[in-house]
Amino acid sequence: MASRLMALWDWFDSRMPSVGEEYRKHMSEYYAPKNFNFWYYFGVLSMLVLAIQILSGIFLTMNYKPDAALAFGSVEYIMRDVPGGWLLRYIHSTGGSAFFVVVYLHMFRALLYGSYKEPRELIWLFGVLIYLVLMAEAFLGYLLPWGQMSFWGAQVIVNLFGTIPFIGPDLALWIRGDYVVSDVTLNRFFALHVIAIPLVLLGLVVAHILALHDVGSNNPDGVEIKKTKDANGRPVDGIPFHPYYTVKDTVGAIVFLAIFCIVLFFMPELGGYFLEANNFIPADPLKTPEHIAPLWYFTPFYSILRAVPPLFTSQFPGVLAMGIAVMILFFLPWLDRSPVKSIRYRGAYWKGALVIFVISFAVLGYLGVKPTTVWGQFGFDAFFLDTKDRATWVARLCTILYFAFFILMPWYTAKDKVKPVPDRVTM
Amino acid sequence: MSDNQKIDKTRRNLVVATSVAGGAASVGAAIPFVASMLPSERTKAAGAPIEVDISTIAPGELRVFEWRGKPVWVIRRTKEMVDSLKLAAARLTDPGSSASKQPEYAKNEYRSRKPEVMVMEGVCTHLGCSPQMKPADDKAEMGAEWTGGFYCACHGSKFDLAGRVFRGAPAPTNLVVPPYTFLSDSTLLIGEDKKGA
Amino acid sequence: MRTFLAALLFAPATLLAAEAGYPLDHAPIEPRDLVSLQSGARTFVNYCLGCHGLQYMRYNRMADLGLTEAQIRDNLMFSAEKVGETMKIAMTVKDAKAWFGVPPPDLSVVARSRGADWIYTYLRTFYRDPKAAHGWNNKVFPNAAMPHALWKVQSESSAVQYDTTVRDLVNFLVYVGEPSAQERKSIGIVVLFVLGVLFILAYAMKKAFWKDVR
Repeated sequence: MASRLMALWDWFDSRMPSVGEEYRKHMSEYYAPKNFNFWYYFGVLSMLVLAIQILSGIFLTMNYKPDAALAFGSVEYIMRDVPGGWLLRYIHSTGGSAFFVVVYLHMFRALLYGSYKEPRELIWLFGVLIYLVLMAEAFLGYLLPWGQMSFWGAQVIVNLFGTIPFIGPDLALWIRGDYVVSDVTLNRFFALHVIAIPLVLLGLVVAHILALHDVGSNNPDGVEIKKTKDANGRPVDGIPFHPYYTVKDTVGAIVFLAIFCIVLFFMPELGGYFLEANNFIPADPLKTPEHIAPLWYFTPFYSILRAVPPLFTSQFPGVLAMGIAVMILFFLPWLDRSPVKSIRYRGAYWKGALVIFVISFAVLGYLGVKPTTVWGQFGFDAFFLDTKDRATWVARLCTILYFAFFILMPWYTAKDKVKPVPDRVTM
Repeated sequence: MSDNQKIDKTRRNLVVATSVAGGAASVGAAIPFVASMLPSERTKAAGAPIEVDISTIAPGELRVFEWRGKPVWVIRRTKEMVDSLKLAAARLTDPGSSASKQPEYAKNEYRSRKPEVMVMEGVCTHLGCSPQMKPADDKAEMGAEWTGGFYCACHGSKFDLAGRVFRGAPAPTNLVVPPYTFLSDSTLLIGEDKKGA
Repeated sequence: MRTFLAALLFAPATLLAAEAGYPLDHAPIEPRDLVSLQSGARTFVNYCLGCHGLQYMRYNRMADLGLTEAQIRDNLMFSAEKVGETMKIAMTVKDAKAWFGVPPPDLSVVARSRGADWIYTYLRTFYRDPKAAHGWNNKVFPNAAMPHALWKVQSESSAVQYDTTVRDLVNFLVYVGEPSAQERKSIGIVVLFVLGVLFILAYAMKKAFWKDVR
């Protein structure tokens, strides 16, 4: 039996040798650093979630109706009448949020270990593009259930595009295909969400991984393992991805799936963070809910948008700030002037800056879910207080800290005291 | 066995064990996806049995009802129609309905619970067209031997007044008889066999 | 940091209470109490289904509550013909608007949008108000267009009995909001068990392979 299989493989391999070659290049002979830690699971987990979303998405599309009059009902049809439909729906809704949990942690790894630094800038650029496309995919997908939050969230965000000077209103009209978010918008968002953006996402992920494999992976010490090779030309601190990391990532995947399943089977709404209560009300263009908030993964940027005051009655400054807050990520490899990659060998400036950045991002995220009145008003009055909401001023502070992390980086990373980096990895 | 061989054996065993368990779990995970393609509750409700009033069907008349998207014929057969069924017997492909699809109570010479009421799907067993009714006196079109029945215009299959197919037709079997029940003399439940005929 | 983040998880739950203004009572429902659910179904069909549809719920799904098709047909189906039908109402949105000003909303997923506590408190805080067109007002939902549909039940019950009736009705609405909830939880336990077994095997496998990596 085994020899039959071997013969079958040989027949195939002699006619399409590239399959075996690529397997060796990317799996069994791809030498990855042996000191990968917890933070290194999230790349593979991102791919796992992508696969889960595509699979559950395909089956949902078999029953979902992208028509304003039918969409909400079709989701309830899936939840109740389609055998196992409720499971498909919850996989997809949990997966949407899980994707961002995993991607944010994946990006944070890059910050910890300088994975965006030379020669890996291109991997980072592809990655930020993936992040942007993922945000678009989530935004498009969220309109599909056609609930109150779906509708009004889309209405608000598309109107934001409308604030762009000169081209804004026409751009918003073109995106919507109508004067307000309507059935026309729903249909085209469906097409983009189901096929167009997923294809782009897959292409970018392939590019991201190819760029990584060409250069080789970073590691928690920021040591370039290709600098120290053995007699066979293999990095001494490297181990073949397969079987070592395939086996290790299997464990990681199972742990991830356990957490995923705990949420899915026991708390799919997650207190309103993963499935918002207001979205169980069918979209009503005539009635805005009291409190519109985007899903949690957008809220840090939403906070920044709300924190910036209007200028000459235009909301555009806030939109611009929100846009720059995301786009500035592209520049990270060039803002960071440290000679050292990993936080293990960086000084106090970088560590302090990173802590402040994470706290600001988290606070912005929290405030974005809440109404601006969540922390009450100031008791006093002053000429500069365009609003007395305490939360808005905290958000403004955090916005400044968020931007400061990037804008001041060339200065504090150059000035930072660094420790000597070893030649070999530490386990 | 050397240490290395022992390690390899342990590794192989664990790979096999994990793969088998993982494979089983994957099959389990696949079940809801595959099951989601089975008929939904809405489909099953739409395909639920229908109750029809047959009291107004005149003798010799055919009435069409829709069930599960298909035409279901109910014919109130006259005595002549019932008697003529014997005459056609020699020219039938499946006179005993052994290869055809019908409930047990329709596997008789009338292919029905009661001889005077015929219930069958008006769907040709060849490729699915709906045949036309041709009464016994339509000998000009159907030929001198015609004793009444149905003609399918698509490929020329002919059926008698009990839906039995004539030889020489492309259709292989008699017209399908769905399950049905008499809720009373004037009411039929098409689509379900209920106790009490 | 981690506890801070964990605390964030529970923040949105406060949103409901914070915004409603009126303090909500906790609805003491038990989703596995079939008798309570059956009672709630009966109350709903008798007092609510005249105006409020449950358009995504099928009559025959109530077999989940331990009822046979015959029991559903005999006790819970007044205007529908087939047990596979959805629990729609005959009133059109247009007529509803003309008669009530605001069409009574479909309640299939009201337990998921408003929450059990809201509905439980709402149905127990109606009070007489001569200024209102239909004579009723409500503490949780001021100037509601809905009259106190359960006033007769309330006047004929003790306070405790009425609370129980409302509790059962809310229990039923929570069930209608997500009929597969109990199935979901039971399957979840099996899935976690399977993942536990897989974890043990995969971890042992990992350890076996990584033994020689220093």
